[in-house]
Amino acid sequence: MAIQRPDDFDRRSKHLQSLDDEQLDRLFWELAGKIVDPLVELARTHTSPSIERSVLLRMGMDSFQAGAIVSRAFELGLLGKGVGHLVLRYSQSTGTSVEEAAKKLAEGQGWEELMKVFKGRKQNAATE
Amino acid sequence: MLPPNEKLRVEEILKNLEKYTPRRKGWAWRKQLPAGTRVDGFNYNQISEPLKNGIGLPAAHYFENIDPQPDPVITSEIASGRFEDDIRRMRMAAWHGADHIMVIRTLGQSHIDGLIEGTPEGIGGIPITRKQLRATRKALDIIEEEVGRPINFHSYVSGVAGPEIAVLFAEEGVNGAHQDPQYNVLYRGINPIRSFVDAAVAKKIMASVDMLQIDGAHNANASSKSAWKVMPELLVQHAINCAFSTRVGMKKDLIALSTVPPVTAPAPEFRLNFIYALTLRELFKEYRFRAQMNTRYIESDLLDATRIHVLDTLISRLTKADIQSTITPDEGRNVPWHINSIRGIETAKHTLLALDGIKDLVKVNEEAVRPQIREMKMRAILMMEEIIESGGYFEAVEQGFFVDNGQYPERNGDGITRLKEGGIGAGTVVARESDYYAPVCEHFGYNNMPGSLNRPDEPIGRCSLEDRSKIKYIDELDESDNVNLRITTQLEDIKAGLIGPEVEWWGDGWVQLDLTIPDDPDHAEAAALEIARRMGLLEATVISKTVLHPVEGTYLELKARVPFKIERESLELPKKPDLLEPEEITGYLKEIPMKVVAGTVGNDEHSVGIREILDIKHGGIEKFGFKYTYLGTSVHPEKFIDAAIETGADAILVSTIITHNDVHVDNMKKIAELSIEKGVRDRLILVSGGTQITNELAVECGMDAGFGRGTKGINVASFLVKKKREMREADGSVS
Repeated sequence: MAIQRPDDFDRRSKHLQSLDDEQLDRLFWELAGKIVDPLVELARTHTSPSIERSVLLRMGMDSFQAGAIVSRAFELGLLGKGVGHLVLRYSQSTGTSVEEAAKKLAEGQGWEELMKVFKGRKQNAATE
Repeated sequence: MLPPNEKLRVEEILKNLEKYTPRRKGWAWRKQLPAGTRVDGFNYNQISEPLKNGIGLPAAHYFENIDPQPDPVITSEIASGRFEDDIRRMRMAAWHGADHIMVIRTLGQSHIDGLIEGTPEGIGGIPITRKQLRATRKALDIIEEEVGRPINFHSYVSGVAGPEIAVLFAEEGVNGAHQDPQYNVLYRGINPIRSFVDAAVAKKIMASVDMLQIDGAHNANASSKSAWKVMPELLVQHAINCAFSTRVGMKKDLIALSTVPPVTAPAPEFRLNFIYALTLRELFKEYRFRAQMNTRYIESDLLDATRIHVLDTLISRLTKADIQSTITPDEGRNVPWHINSIRGIETAKHTLLALDGIKDLVKVNEEAVRPQIREMKMRAILMMEEIIESGGYFEAVEQGFFVDNGQYPERNGDGITRLKEGGIGAGTVVARESDYYAPVCEHFGYNNMPGSLNRPDEPIGRCSLEDRSKIKYIDELDESDNVNLRITTQLEDIKAGLIGPEVEWWGDGWVQLDLTIPDDPDHAEAAALEIARRMGLLEATVISKTVLHPVEGTYLELKARVPFKIERESLELPKKPDLLEPEEITGYLKEIPMKVVAGTVGNDEHSVGIREILDIKHGGIEKFGFKYTYLGTSVHPEKFIDAAIETGADAILVSTIITHNDVHVDNMKKIAELSIEKGVRDRLILVSGGTQITNELAVECGMDAGFGRGTKGINVASFLVKKKREMREADGSVS
């Protein structure tokens, strides 16, 4: 798919030749911004298993618990809610500590209940 | 503080790691000293605060042992696969002037979807785990106290577990990290979408603890066939990571561009490398520069690597480097050895000091460089225009824009192509829903925190970045692969007093052998291996080969293992000469002037040694104020005595190299006997010297002292003054 092309710098750069150095530098950074802005927006509105595991670590879970809980949430299509959110919700609804809730979820308990709570609500952050 | 004469004890470092807390977080720059700072007679314009303990450059002893520290942070990459041995090398590196320790990760860690725990052994690097980080950071705490300068600990936030690794690093006081989603995409085959989405979260966490970020653009350089042609693309890669990073919350002065002078001789490298370095520093003037050494063209020749690195560092000094990285010259032939980590640091330190203030002396010829700088900027701009035209970054990667060996806009059609929806971790990125909520601090992106809260982590108290008690420490998981098992040999050896050679791991037994064989490369190689075998060495392997001439000679370097260890206590150490301070000798001679007569005895024409002991030019005894009469070569024993009496000399210095038929023994005896016969033995100091002379032998032959190989003027001068003092004390004169 990759193209082959001889060096056509002279022709291709005609519109740039009249710019002074400062203008070139400014254009360079404007274009860099245009390339990354959609990437930043993508990141702002999406998540991944690793991101969610990083949330659980920050909440005080160990790497095994984080791995087990995120895998289950991913399988059940619940990643988009935020897995930390799931743990917190489970701890609140069962009246247990976050630590205890995480332990149970890592062992596979409580997921049916979470599915009921979060079922059917699917609207992306990006459309807000 | 750990006393400098005590070894780091791994077993102590491993204690109580579950309770370890890093002493500080964030990156530390060196503390610059003002331009014109004087260090023992020299003015420096680009140095930083000195070390409390350190080792200077090889020539330092000619300069009162000064060890000025250049202003850039100096990096040493250390990772042998066993952190318990690496920490010893870190100590060596810090003493030589490294304050940025970069720990390479084990092969394949970037593809592990999650964290590793414990201390398993790595391949070509370390499995980065919490325990391993804590142990290393704790060792670095000890080392930085010893050298009196903060040491930055660094590793990699890349792969499919970037955000988790970032949390781990932020919690454990890692000071710097590589983070560049483009690296994942191009070189690790990780899904492009996953790479960028993860990167944003990872970067935000890194920024929260002022971790320095290094990007990955230099890899384009190391992986393209024509590294000098990818320069416009390198500018684009740096720009993408910089612009992305600042937008997700990183500060510009904690973003360092990893930049390599792309090409090396036999190409006319400066015409390319210098222009590139200038362009980069102009476009990215608000950012920091991590000057990396070129590795693209290094093979197994250590000196070739060193030459390349000296010139790379010249580029750093002619432009700007905030961090000067080092590459071990043996990187092309094995996992780096201790000695080569140190050589790399010495190369950087030497070159940086040698070029101190070079920019005050030379000016860039603006007229010559400007058109080329402009052209390079335009080429990069054109590439970015086409990336946008193609639909954006992901589409450009799909179309092979990157690591193409054409100098953009030339396209060779051989770039790396990665599919937006392909690669490791494809299909794992999920849209955050409108009720997405992450109850933690420092989280990048959309977070629908309940309106009643002031902070997203309020319901859990504080997140682990602020409340360390939340961190869960896991010790070991694998009973058969962990540091406790690995260090048993080391601990037993130390207990039993055994030592052996090593290049990277405790007592690994590797030695290096250099040979020149007068034959063609194939025969030379076979001969070298056979020689090693007959020497009783094991696993001999050729690690480098240089053809001196197709048939006249081949130079080879071999590595091989020594199959035994040595009992430390059984070693007999040569007695160190008890030397006087130079000032003391000079002072004494001002008070009590001394004269000597000297020459080579018998039929001996070897005068080089004795001239070195006498002449001021060679640091001989003349320098301290001794007056000497040089009698020449092949002097008859009797003439020494006569000349001494005639000139009123205090001492006779006899040089004797020839040992055929023990003629040296006879001559020494003769001189001693003659001096007795002539009644002057009591007032003359008799000294002999030569390659085969020992003090014991000389004294046996009736001399007062004998000096062998490696003797310097000060050894002889010290002895003469001490002996003179003794004699004067003995006969009642004041010393």
